[in-house]
Amino acid sequence: MNSLVVAALLLVLLAVSYQVGLSRSRAVATGSTLKMHSRPNYHGMMVALWCLIPAALILLAWLFFGDNIERSYTLSLLPPEVVNSDPNQLRDVLRRVEQISTGYGVVGDSQPYENAAGQALQEFRLLTFWSIVAAAAAVGIIGLLAMRARIAPRLRARNEFETIIKFLLAVCSGIAILTTVGIVASLLREALRFFTFISPIDFFFGTVWSPRFAATASGDYGQYGLLPLLWGTLMVASIAMMVAIPLGLMSAIYLAEYAPRKVRAVAKPMIEILAGIPSVIYGFFALVTLGPALSALGDMIGVPIRATSALTAGIAMGIMIIPFVSSLSDDIITQVPRAMRDGSLGMGATKSETIKRVILPAALPGIVGAFLLAVSKAFGETMIVVLAAGNAPILRFNPFDATSTVTVSIVNQLTGDTNFASPQSLVAFALGLTLFVMTLGLNVIALYVVRKYREQYE
Amino acid sequence: MMFNAPESQKMNTNAAPVAIADPKKVDLPTGFKTVRTPDPEPRPVRVHADDVCVFYGSKQALFDVSIDIPEKAVTAFIGPSGCGKSTFLRCLNRMNDTIEGARVEGKITLDGEDLYDPKLDVVELRARIGMVFQKPNPFPKTIFENVAYGPRIHGLARSKTDLEQIVVESLKKASLFNEVKDRLHEVGTGLSGGQQQRLCIARAIAVSPEVILMDEPCSALDPIATAKIEELIDELRANYTIVIVTHSMQQAARVSQRTAFFHLGILVEEGPTEMMFTSPAEKRTQDYITGRFG
Ligand SMILES: Nc1ncnc2c1ncn2[C@@H]1O[C@H](COP(=O)(O)OP(=O)(O)OP(=O)(O)O)[C@@H](O)[C@H]1O
Ligand SMILES: [Mg+2]
Repeated sequence: MNSLVVAALLLVLLAVSYQVGLSRSRAVATGSTLKMHSRPNYHGMMVALWCLIPAALILLAWLFFGDNIERSYTLSLLPPEVVNSDPNQLRDVLRRVEQISTGYGVVGDSQPYENAAGQALQEFRLLTFWSIVAAAAAVGIIGLLAMRARIAPRLRARNEFETIIKFLLAVCSGIAILTTVGIVASLLREALRFFTFISPIDFFFGTVWSPRFAATASGDYGQYGLLPLLWGTLMVASIAMMVAIPLGLMSAIYLAEYAPRKVRAVAKPMIEILAGIPSVIYGFFALVTLGPALSALGDMIGVPIRATSALTAGIAMGIMIIPFVSSLSDDIITQVPRAMRDGSLGMGATKSETIKRVILPAALPGIVGAFLLAVSKAFGETMIVVLAAGNAPILRFNPFDATSTVTVSIVNQLTGDTNFASPQSLVAFALGLTLFVMTLGLNVIALYVVRKYREQYE
Repeated sequence: MMFNAPESQKMNTNAAPVAIADPKKVDLPTGFKTVRTPDPEPRPVRVHADDVCVFYGSKQALFDVSIDIPEKAVTAFIGPSGCGKSTFLRCLNRMNDTIEGARVEGKITLDGEDLYDPKLDVVELRARIGMVFQKPNPFPKTIFENVAYGPRIHGLARSKTDLEQIVVESLKKASLFNEVKDRLHEVGTGLSGGQQQRLCIARAIAVSPEVILMDEPCSALDPIATAKIEELIDELRANYTIVIVTHSMQQAARVSQRTAFFHLGILVEEGPTEMMFTSPAEKRTQDYITGRFG
């Protein structure tokens, strides 16, 4: 209901202000001998922005500070001994008050002061909501009137509009960047907390991964050696790339260079459909079909292959990445100018010589970039390895054996009852940070490679 | 109708240029006979085309083109845009094969050997008939590698020194060597437009072709670079058979010994350059050369 009201308010403000600007502009134009600098729709949009931006700012401010204000209001309603009791108890009380105020009711009995606070909170909420809406509307209308008064033939509404738009776009990209920074900062903070329990040396160079359960904690947290997980990740990702790179690149070359138009029109979307299959389905396929098949194959040739192993997960992941590699490479190959092809074919080179010696080198930076992106996708992939890698975080070099990866361990450490103060769950942040640094490193390398080749080729 | 019978040729001379320039008013020009003027002292023929028709899908782009291309001379193809000059040039080394939907009919021979013989090796043919394109298109490789490309794929050099010699020779023949001798191992795309085009010529020469086809090789270049290339073409004429497509009448007049005028997919007239530019037999040639249409 509340969000509907807000949306309706904004829409009404938008429509009204735009129309006001438009008609005011027309009126000024007819009443004046001067030529208008900007067309009426720009005046309309300026008025709309002047109206909407202040209103939206008020609403946003409430979004950010509303919770805190409500919390302090609630605390002021509770008896002091409850407020000063221990944090866990206070949290429970606050939760019950919240539930009463939203009308969902509570489990078990509630104290009378809780009921009273709940009622009061509900009224307070209603009151503040409508005052905020009213304030937003009022501020919007003030903005509207102020802008309307400015409309004049010489007003450079077009240029001002441009400036505002530029500013809004910058704010949007700023939000994206800030979010990233925030995520990294929180990863870093929690990871540092983890390192107060376990020394970084034991974490980064440890060869044994066996975290104890938090429940049995008695000062002994278990061992958190990253190496088995890192090795598992690298092994699964390399197997995946060994599947995805040749298959993806070859199919891209076939589609871009050899396939008749009709085949291409059918085959390209078909391969891209592979990219639309959720990864859990690949994991399922690996577990149910691929793993047993590989293990049967192993029996036949006399090599023991486990059904859930690095190999199984790697192959399934490779198949998942094929469309990624192939459609990126295909785009890059088709972008190589026709003049290059003609030049080579005109020298009497065959098609495959042309591809090998001219097209692939010219497309290389882009293709390497595509590969590195695919690798970082492989590093981050979770579902397939959870299902098909066997979850054995042991440092073993045999790809036919079960293994585990960084992502799987993050899942394991965070599922079930978690208490974010123990190393058992904090380690997930350290692992996440490691993963993040790895993919970041890959992307930096990818950028560097691309830039280096671009300089050379342009 | 106008081109249906050979007798109608006389009528052409009276036809208004406007009517000719509008393709819709021209009936299918099959049966039209090209007006030919032989050289005063005939040269040996290298490439011979007989009734060549080219189709792009269902659209016909060339109608019964027949021409003899003489040895050790420059033949210029001129004509308004879209008349089929490039299309015909591409027929001569079968580059039309690389265009989806393109179909070539008729007969083209090189020294009497049928170019469209299914048994013929296209790859080898293109080494014998090289091509230089409108826009310089050096490969994204070093200058050395660009020139060495052809000799490498055709296995022309037996040793490294052999290859170096071929590269240097070709660069010299393309009069580029002095400008690039200190930076053979820098990328070819770093050269100026004119140098790039000479690099492409060097690349074509490196496989010792017998015929060199050039499709508007100077259209992306400034007058000075153009003059250099023209000079180069004039030198190359001593050893190669050259066909050049150009939009510049002056260029055709300066570099070529024979000129062929194409219009709307037919070869209208063909003869010694001097005669084509002073006293063409066809009214349309005259109109085009004097800039009245095209
Ligand atoms: N790849 C192609 N597919 C379809 N039609 C084509 C193709 N290439 C050329 N054509 C058509 O064939 C005709 C002749 O084209 P061509 O390129 O040979 O002309 P041109 O004389 O070289 O022109 P210009 O002087 O502009 O280069 C034109 O009508 C053109 O539209
Ligand atoms: Mg052309």
